[in-house]
Amino acid sequence: MELIMAILAGILFTTGIYNLLQKQMLRIIIGTGLISHGAHLFILTMGELETGESGAPPILTEGVESYTDPLPQALILTSIVISFGVTSLLLVLAYRAAQINGTDNMEQLRGTDYE
Amino acid sequence: MSNLAALPIILPLLAGILAAFIHKKRTLVRIGSQIFTVAHLLLVIWIFLQVKNQGSLVLETGDWAAPYGIILVGDMLSMTLVLTTNIVAVACVFFAPKSLSEQQESFYFYTFFLMLIAGVSGAFLTGDLFNLFVFFEVLLMASYGLIVLGNGKAQLRESLKYVLINLFSSMLFVTTISFLYSVVGTVNMAQIAERVQEVEQRGVLTTIAIMFFFVFATKAAVFPLYYWLPRPYISPNPVVSALFGALLTKVGIYSILRTFTLIFNQDVELTHTLFIYLAGLTMLFGVIGALSTNNVKLVIAYNIIPAVGFMLMGIGLFSEVSISGTIYYLVHDMIIKGVLFLLIGAIVYVAGTSDLRKMGGLIHHYPVLGWLFFVASLVLAGIPPFSGFIGKLLLLRGSLAQEEIIIVIVALVSSLLILFSMIRIFIRGFWGEKTELSYPERKRKGNRMAWPVAGLLSLSILLGMGAEWFYPSIQSIAEYLMNPEIYIDSVLKE
Repeated sequence: MELIMAILAGILFTTGIYNLLQKQMLRIIIGTGLISHGAHLFILTMGELETGESGAPPILTEGVESYTDPLPQALILTSIVISFGVTSLLLVLAYRAAQINGTDNMEQLRGTDYE
Repeated sequence: MSNLAALPIILPLLAGILAAFIHKKRTLVRIGSQIFTVAHLLLVIWIFLQVKNQGSLVLETGDWAAPYGIILVGDMLSMTLVLTTNIVAVACVFFAPKSLSEQQESFYFYTFFLMLIAGVSGAFLTGDLFNLFVFFEVLLMASYGLIVLGNGKAQLRESLKYVLINLFSSMLFVTTISFLYSVVGTVNMAQIAERVQEVEQRGVLTTIAIMFFFVFATKAAVFPLYYWLPRPYISPNPVVSALFGALLTKVGIYSILRTFTLIFNQDVELTHTLFIYLAGLTMLFGVIGALSTNNVKLVIAYNIIPAVGFMLMGIGLFSEVSISGTIYYLVHDMIIKGVLFLLIGAIVYVAGTSDLRKMGGLIHHYPVLGWLFFVASLVLAGIPPFSGFIGKLLLLRGSLAQEEIIIVIVALVSSLLILFSMIRIFIRGFWGEKTELSYPERKRKGNRMAWPVAGLLSLSILLGMGAEWFYPSIQSIAEYLMNPEIYIDSVLKE
């Protein structure tokens, strides 16, 4: 199970970085989204997955022997909220930048008018 | 009593939220923020004195005992930096109404500003790595808001790159935390430090250490990860640039200082030697950048980078003298970068251009601004008896003690070049024939801008002149950092 998750995270990272290196703004934003999902899957995997017959709950009560580590789940929750917020901000920002500068191509958004 | 550790985070956050509700009443928000910032500074001074007299404040939020819950640790290092942050904030909040346009001021400037202070204080005070990430995001979110304030063409263009680079390094930060979690099974810094000593796999931990360094170095603008910094920093309003220059890169340096003295002090040979090399390259490339341009704002922005090099050099040398040099330089640099960005903002405002070739003869009309800038250049370059000198002296003493001669030469040469890049602005911009004022109507406002800057600068001079008075406490912080057991004991209470 860990292996599958690791491969999946790897695929997300690869496609994310491929998209990050594109010129079109929207693709770059999709790339950041993919990378953050890769990172989240990664945290989940690093917390050691408990693969019982029907999985294990992330709770620790008396009598429960097999349980999933709850900390990574708490971390992911926080991290998802943050990446959600940043992505939405980035979309708005990209929209405004494209509207005002008249292009969504990163090549044409280079800063040269300061020299 | 330990609840005091949360105040520097919660109060600005609440004030920021309050400011958002009344953002349309400009005068009210402005005066309210000014009063709040000054009162908050006094409160922070009081907390600082408490920590100085009675030792670290440790707050276990929700009453969860140390390794399990979220903890906030207010030790001397954190509180010194929080205090400096608030001093810079006071100068900025008094400068802000003079340089912001009405529209910028009413579009939540003060909210973002107070949130930034809350985020920066949080990053200094937090006691676990994941919360460091969370507070990084809090301060970055506020900075994203500040950087696009004003909606300019260049601003939007540069902010996009700024947001992207920070987003990428944040995601790498989360990944690295999860690596470390899988090795040591905790995110609490004190417990990580304790377990890192026990874990056998040193190779894995060194890899993780380098990954952490990569993340923090991106935030702190260390060579070769500094390329994103100068342009986004100069495109927003001068007040925003001053806040960024004074606070944001310093949070990165603080994180390196904290993690590499507390947690990753195992493989010093490899990691810290790497730091020394990178520090040398950072100084050289930063100063080359500063010399390469005629844009005065860009000169100041590039001057952030060699300062980061100096601080990294102290961490790399890893002795008590050099660490105290780093701390001294950190405090000095937060203040002086605030001063310089505000000053250059005022200069660009009165000259009407940021191109050095189009300026000249400003000193006839603006003597106060001119001499302030001259003194600030001397402070930045580290001419005795100003504060930059003390920090550099400690760093050089540390490196001479370890016979690292090359880094000494690089540091001295780059200090000289920093002075050259600054004096170039003074000579080209201020000297020269007395010319007609290009914007006479800006004269009064331009001179009024000088006052908050003068206050901040006099503090920086005090930091240099009164070095004997400050040095013992800075030395005790360095001693404390070199003995991580004290931190671990104070948090885990063994």
